[in-house]
Amino acid sequence: MTALTTKPTSLEAFPFAYEPSTTVDTSKYKMVAENVTVSYGGVDAVKNVTMKFKEKSVTALIGPSGCGKTTFLRCLNRMHDMTKNAKVTGKVMIDDVDLYSKEIDPIYHRRKVGMVFQKPNPFPTMSIYDNVTAGLRLNGVRDKKILDEIVEDSLKMAYLWDEVKNDLKKPAIELSGGQQQRLCIARALAIQPEVLLMDEPASALDPIATQKIEETIIELKNDYTIIIVTHNMQQAIRVSDYTGFMYLGNLIEFRETKKLFTDPKDELTAKYVQGHFG
Amino acid sequence: MNSVQDRRQEYRSLFKQNVAKRLLVDKAVRIIVFSCVIIAIIPLGSILVEVFKNGLTAISIEFLTETPGSAGSGEGGIGPAIQGTLIIIGLSSLIGVPIGVMSGIFLSEYGDNALARFVRFFNDVFMEFPSIILGIFAFLIIVLVIGHFSVWAGAFALSLIMFPIVTRTTEESLKMVPMTYREAGTALGLKKWVITFRIVISTAKSGVITGILLSVSRIGGETAPLIMTILGSSQFFSSMDTPMDALPLRIWRLSLLPYDSAQLQGWGAALVLIMIILGINLGIKYQFMNKKNGLFRQLIRQRRNATK
Repeated sequence: MTALTTKPTSLEAFPFAYEPSTTVDTSKYKMVAENVTVSYGGVDAVKNVTMKFKEKSVTALIGPSGCGKTTFLRCLNRMHDMTKNAKVTGKVMIDDVDLYSKEIDPIYHRRKVGMVFQKPNPFPTMSIYDNVTAGLRLNGVRDKKILDEIVEDSLKMAYLWDEVKNDLKKPAIELSGGQQQRLCIARALAIQPEVLLMDEPASALDPIATQKIEETIIELKNDYTIIIVTHNMQQAIRVSDYTGFMYLGNLIEFRETKKLFTDPKDELTAKYVQGHFG
Repeated sequence: MNSVQDRRQEYRSLFKQNVAKRLLVDKAVRIIVFSCVIIAIIPLGSILVEVFKNGLTAISIEFLTETPGSAGSGEGGIGPAIQGTLIIIGLSSLIGVPIGVMSGIFLSEYGDNALARFVRFFNDVFMEFPSIILGIFAFLIIVLVIGHFSVWAGAFALSLIMFPIVTRTTEESLKMVPMTYREAGTALGLKKWVITFRIVISTAKSGVITGILLSVSRIGGETAPLIMTILGSSQFFSSMDTPMDALPLRIWRLSLLPYDSAQLQGWGAALVLIMIILGINLGIKYQFMNKKNGLFRQLIRQRRNATK
């Protein structure tokens, strides 16, 4: 914990995560990432990041472009399995189970973790109803009554129900961008996850749609553990309880949002939140 | 003095100054492009006009349903040939389409390895193979082995022509499906084959179908491999192990005869073949692509929204 008192000025002086710890107590945390390093073809994009995510909280990851925040987020769901030359080391624990251990089939864990992407990506050949139920139907849920229930619940949680309840059979791509993104949130919620990962969910949206998404996030916090990557510091302040600041693949500072923005411990964080770079 | 201004002046003086000439070149390019299109369309159009002009007079109910009469009599029809063409297209598609689509899926979804690069290369070579060689191949390994011409041999030869085309077009259209849909499927905890078959293929449906239609049109007109395999016949289909007639074969035979009446029947058969291919194309396109939510429609809609 010397890092806290000496205030490192350069990254070399601060190679580890902000709260380095060798033994992580997972009991209070829904999800724990421990010493996660991601490299693309030998180049490290995320360097030894350790983060703990409290249950039913919103954690924001901020930082300038290319700092590895999206790469880190994708680790939490083993999405890098799809990228050929990506290599992930370290541990990601969800409820005390290591997502990267050899015995685990990632598919069962992805069902615990919902994900919303930067660009709205509803399945283009499916209707609104089919999009929401995709994760269930294609995973073997057939009961029409249950599907109907889940569609209504998920769309209500994503604040889309009132706008689409009368034309659930309409192709999803006929919705506006903001509606599509909320549909993607509903789709992610429909598989009954416990953790929700969001990769700049509002970056392609207008302010009104953004506001709706943010309201959704704050509402969802009551039942879900949410981790959101954002470019927008104001958005982090508005929606999150904890904020991690990343820079060049390192986690520089990770604290309660209010404290990080009002009283940053690290010089780099201070400069970033004050807008000197980024 | 002012170096930025000086440099600006200097560079600008290098631009071509003659505006009138540039407008002229612009116009000339437009004219050349249009005339090339016209030159390309003229043969196509004149073939169609010629086939319709000569073929329409030959067509009657008897012509479409009866077996061929004696050579030069001008009697009889091309019933067996129409039946044979439909059978051979159907059978070849049954063999060629599944193999082609599956290979295309392999190349697109599992194709990041040496085996796939090898397959891709030979598939491209295979696509350009002269069809008569495939006919001889089918002749050697089926007709000679079982000792007589057969429908199976014909379907085998035509499916060899078909599946490289289907493979290629399937691969290309699956690759056009944005990665983000596969990611969304993965994040929903779906298995890879479910993502491939239920999400990727349904998104790329129109491209896959276009490829299949392309290959159907191609084999519909193939003559050489059929001479080596189903030989031709003047009787209706009797069994899979006997020779069978097909429209390209019938057209070929009729056009070789020195009688005007036979040649007129040849034109008629050509018109029927064109109409069958056209019918299959339009029918399948209407059935599968007119839906509101195909990728093709989606792309159009996206462009429309972008320009709004």
